[in-house]
Amino acid sequence: MRTAVAIVLAMLPIAASTLSATEIPQGERRSGYSFMTPETQAIQNDDTANPGMLWVLDGDALWKKKTGATDKSCADCHDDASISMKGVAARYPAFDRATGHPVNLEQRVNLCRTTHQQATPLAYESRELLALTAVIAAQSRGTAIDAGSDPQLEPFVAKGRALFMLRQGQLNLACANCHDDHWDKHLAGSAITQAQPTGYPLYRLEWQSLGSLQRRLRSCMIGMRAQPFDYGAPELVDLELYLMSRARGMPMESPAVRP
Amino acid sequence: MRKPAESNRRQFIRLAGSAAMLSAAPLTTMRPAEATPAMLAAAIRTVTGAAVVHAGKVKLDVPPLVENGNTVPLTVSVASPMTRDDHVRSIHVFNEKNPQPNIGNFYLGPQAGRAQISTRIRLADSQKIVAIAHLSDGSFWSESADVVVTLAACTEELI
Amino acid sequence: MAAALINVPKHARRGEVIEIKTLMSHIMETGYRHTAEGAVVPRDIITSFVCRYNGAEVFRAELFPAIAANPFISFFTTATESGKLEFEWIGDNGFSETASASIAVE
Repeated sequence: MRTAVAIVLAMLPIAASTLSATEIPQGERRSGYSFMTPETQAIQNDDTANPGMLWVLDGDALWKKKTGATDKSCADCHDDASISMKGVAARYPAFDRATGHPVNLEQRVNLCRTTHQQATPLAYESRELLALTAVIAAQSRGTAIDAGSDPQLEPFVAKGRALFMLRQGQLNLACANCHDDHWDKHLAGSAITQAQPTGYPLYRLEWQSLGSLQRRLRSCMIGMRAQPFDYGAPELVDLELYLMSRARGMPMESPAVRP
Repeated sequence: MRKPAESNRRQFIRLAGSAAMLSAAPLTTMRPAEATPAMLAAAIRTVTGAAVVHAGKVKLDVPPLVENGNTVPLTVSVASPMTRDDHVRSIHVFNEKNPQPNIGNFYLGPQAGRAQISTRIRLADSQKIVAIAHLSDGSFWSESADVVVTLAACTEELI
Repeated sequence: MAAALINVPKHARRGEVIEIKTLMSHIMETGYRHTAEGAVVPRDIITSFVCRYNGAEVFRAELFPAIAANPFISFFTTATESGKLEFEWIGDNGFSETASASIAVE
């Protein structure tokens, strides 16, 4: 292990410190779905076999459940989610006028809960929050991603891009090293995808659970031996925003299945 | 260190990948006494007794190289008319290297119409899967498949 | 919030062989994992699954820790008469869940 790290460190001067990563041309963009085996794709294709749908079902029930000091449910204001939430997740993270910076879908749900329902915010990666974001995101299935086009989001997209290009952690790797430059090759037995977040929240076979994009980003950072940002950190939202704007035009697949 | 024939960056990635795997301390996956081929044979004997197990009739559908060992789709089908006089009573699935040799037992009957079940299983390592069908005439038929399982490239802590 | 996803065709012809797919929300804790401190995470799995068609058992499964989380089980049965298909999952720590679906058979 020490030898491996020593070799890695010795390579550092050779690899340029300023990243000249080439962004993926529009025509070559592919969803993580296309990197999976047909067997795993089959799990996503069938709504009655897709474990992510279990959370969508839960979310359906939670959507109608009255909560908070106001004793209101999401449905009381938003009615039928299949109508009111259609296409919404495809536009997230979105600019929040009250705070002046972007919020992701999880944060929007919690803002709604605290502001309008006077209920306690749900913990990140809790079953309830995953269920609500799953049912909301499912209403965007097939919709083209359209995040980051608001001019007010420009500085945050730029911050996200800078994070994507930033070398970090013990291995001094940037996201772009793998996901812009080496996608479709393999890391050990796993295919390196382009990191297009077309299906979140998704059921990851490795987790055997539904999880958010932030969970995936944190897991990647840990895998890169970098200190992961905390859930809800502005850096993670900026990175989510950049990734979604990078995927603009690609159709949403939530709840997707990924290995 | 051998002279890299590939570009420096490519080797950088590969070394980085192996360093990640070596330095990752598996927090929760610990392998106690692994199942051995003897345990597998014993588990099969619990079902079949002293009867001869014939090869054939059973079709085991499992990907030869799995995407992730945590969830492996598996389908077992048995060629059978599924009539009152000639049907599959049960299907039993075993593995070779998980901590336990049993995976699942599935009980059918003539009302099933088709002797086919699908589920998703966990495989701890590259190993052999065995499916055994018990027919209405008391005979046992089996099929086995070799499956390759690799660890996920980047380990994650328990979040 | 345990949830079951069942896929049973709403209609079928008498004698038609139909496929039934089921998905149940469950962690299927193997009992072989350890926490960072070294303590065993105790086993917590679904151990059996039964399908009854108008009260008669048509399919049964015994599950072991090797079955993946959120167990997916699909099987076939012959549509004999209109009525109800009932599903039951039993597991460790008193786990017990049921679901049902109606079928109209011409």
